[in-house]
Amino acid sequence: MSYETLMNGEKGDKLFLLGNEAAVRGAFEAGVKVAATYPGTPSSEIGNILSVTAKNKGMYFEFSANEKTAMEVAATAAVSNLRSFTFMKHVGMNVASDSTMTTAYSGVKAGMVILVADDPSTFSSQNEQDTRNFARQANIPILEPSSPQEVKDMMVYAYKLSEEIELPVIVRTTTRVSHMRGPVTLGEMPKLEEEYAPGEYWPRGHFEKDPSQYVPVPANALDMHTVLVNKIDALEKYAFDSELNKIYHFDSLDAQTDLYGNYGVISSSSAFNYAYDVINKDNLGMDILKLGLSYPVSEDLILDFVKDLNGIFIVEEVDPILERAVLAILGENGLDIPVYGKRNGIFPQVHEYSQDVVKESFNLVLDYYEFTEIEDSPSIKELKESIPLRQPTLCAGCPHRSAYYSIGKAAEELEIPESEMIYASDIGCYTLGISPPYNAADYLLSMGSSIGDGCGFSKATDQHVCSFIGDSTFFHSGIAPLINAVHNNNKNLVVTILDNRITAMTGGQPNPGLPVDGVGDEAPAINIEKLVEAIGVEFIRTTNPHSIRKTIDIYKEALSYDGVSVVITQFPCTLIKGQRKRKKMEIQDNCTKCLNCVTELACPAISIIDGDVVIDSNMCFGCVACAQICPEKAIKAKKDGE
Amino acid sequence: MSDGSYNIYICGVGGQGIIKTSVVIGEAAMKQGYDVAMSEIHGMSQRGGSVSTELRIGDYKSSIVEDHKADMILGFEPIEVVRGLNKANKDTKIVFNTIPIVPSTISQTGEHYPSVEDEIIPTLKSEYVDVHPINGNQLAIDAGSILSLNMVLLGALTASDTFILSKDDIIDAMKNNLKPKFHEMNIKAIENGYNAVKQ
Repeated sequence: MSYETLMNGEKGDKLFLLGNEAAVRGAFEAGVKVAATYPGTPSSEIGNILSVTAKNKGMYFEFSANEKTAMEVAATAAVSNLRSFTFMKHVGMNVASDSTMTTAYSGVKAGMVILVADDPSTFSSQNEQDTRNFARQANIPILEPSSPQEVKDMMVYAYKLSEEIELPVIVRTTTRVSHMRGPVTLGEMPKLEEEYAPGEYWPRGHFEKDPSQYVPVPANALDMHTVLVNKIDALEKYAFDSELNKIYHFDSLDAQTDLYGNYGVISSSSAFNYAYDVINKDNLGMDILKLGLSYPVSEDLILDFVKDLNGIFIVEEVDPILERAVLAILGENGLDIPVYGKRNGIFPQVHEYSQDVVKESFNLVLDYYEFTEIEDSPSIKELKESIPLRQPTLCAGCPHRSAYYSIGKAAEELEIPESEMIYASDIGCYTLGISPPYNAADYLLSMGSSIGDGCGFSKATDQHVCSFIGDSTFFHSGIAPLINAVHNNNKNLVVTILDNRITAMTGGQPNPGLPVDGVGDEAPAINIEKLVEAIGVEFIRTTNPHSIRKTIDIYKEALSYDGVSVVITQFPCTLIKGQRKRKKMEIQDNCTKCLNCVTELACPAISIIDGDVVIDSNMCFGCVACAQICPEKAIKAKKDGE
Repeated sequence: MSDGSYNIYICGVGGQGIIKTSVVIGEAAMKQGYDVAMSEIHGMSQRGGSVSTELRIGDYKSSIVEDHKADMILGFEPIEVVRGLNKANKDTKIVFNTIPIVPSTISQTGEHYPSVEDEIIPTLKSEYVDVHPINGNQLAIDAGSILSLNMVLLGALTASDTFILSKDDIIDAMKNNLKPKFHEMNIKAIENGYNAVKQ
């Protein structure tokens, strides 16, 4: 499917879309005028697509420096009467949350949608946090689609809802919704508006001043909170009538399932899919109340659904949020109906669900089948145990590898034992430095934390503290902690900014260090070296990390420096297209099989085959790091270069 | 499967064209009027990790194939098939490319890649009723390029008697997804895969 179809497909067309593609189509159908994000999986594709389509759709789009800025860009567009869209992964909401809380107080004029992609089972994240908690904390309504079709439809619905109640609306997906593909029937596209001024591609709104609504000084904030609570109270009635909350009815087909029909299920999001499939396939005859608009919870809707039930299953992933809401409603109404969820151990409290999980949980109460573990035969068991792991690794030619190799060698030459080196890591490909032989990740909290963590370690210990942060992450949230380090006279702190000229981990988005913006237009590049200098760092060295000896020497100097030192390792990510072809390397006859290149550098292009060290030409990037570390000078560029 | 549904688990290594393959199957199923849900796991695949997708054709809401319920495992790489066996039962059809992509880390970890001919194929054949190892790389090269490996495996999939889509359905969906200049090669690759299993 080309993005052409996504942009121009007509009402009624049916496409096979990824959840994230459906979100983009929903934004187009809703006529979004301003969109801003910081990339984060599982929401990244939305930004990748908008970066190449927004201009054709009269939409301003940017990759913001971080999620908080993206939230602020969207909030101000929405009070300037332009529909706005911001999207992020679940932990991005932590960064954005400070402004999100107040956005609910200020409200919006045009619709504003915050899409947050949760990641149960942490496929690509540091935690499993549940965004539904944020909706409650901020008093923002939340929609929970279960499929790509629902993602698209709920995007459109969310803008209508947002404008009716003058609040932002959260659309919460999970990995299994954002990265699910399914048929999506397209809706109507709005007509594109006027012609824009030369060089411009989106319309402008107008901001009508009203400090009592938009400036939460304490006196105003008191009233704003009252207004917000009243909006949410009114929305409970709206939730009762909403087409997004609906009952899936299953007939009981025999005497046995007739019994189960006295139970009911309340569910949302991807968890609903598993509940639906189990009930459907196993013929359990239980109805499901699916909450598409799941906050605020309509008390009357819940009471209507449960009133004749003998038991209620709550099928929701991660936190027992609906479960607590249902228990509160039952308690307030003096109803004594058993609720089977996470709190009484029927459903797991962690990780994503599946049909298998939901089926076993139903069975703990219904006892409707004999569970038999399918055991592997001895030969299959043996085969499974014999296969090697396939872990993601730093790519061949990755500049991070040379940085890690060099700092390790510098410590070795300075005779600093490994136990005295603390590696404060950060979020990016370079977290893969956790693996041997680098062992270069000892502590990690969040985006940008490496430098703040470094500040703490350097005050709390006498160890050598080495913070590693990527260029995009540095712009995202590394600058304030570097100011902190300089201002508070930190010692023994070596900060490496791994400047690979891209946001690599999430698929290669630009960042403020590059001379292009989110839609590919020319933009001022922020110079990291000058920025670091302006902060007051006195020890700054910029190096190509693949110049191994030079980089080791810089690290030796930095590790001996009494203060905050910053090493900027500059070399482009190997996944950036259009780079000049470099000569591939090969092993020469004088190789003594010392295996330094295999065990200390651990480049995936170098392996041992039948006892010989071999470089895979297809994989070799030509970074020349291996040639420099070979004590026998037995690695050289291939004569033909190929 | 008996109820007109079909569950496919597709596995391999980043860069082998697994997601595109799955999208072609999904679109073909959609065009034939089936409901279809597909799950794809993105993430670190570009950095040498495993990749898998799951496709459920029929009356399903969820995109995940239950353990031991796959009708078909389509494997792009031998040990990735072994890793996916928790989706298989005795009757699951297993069609896979026999050419290994050896994980780059085994030189450091000292792990061993089992023999495809002596260990993987015989064990699979002894445990599962319907196992079709094919030299996908060679069939792709024969069709014009190693890059058509995913089309070879698509063709191999359509050769299965129980699969609910025809080779022509798949070719139509392929044309909709790939540039016209590659159609001829891809059709050849699909035919090569189809014939390799039919023989």
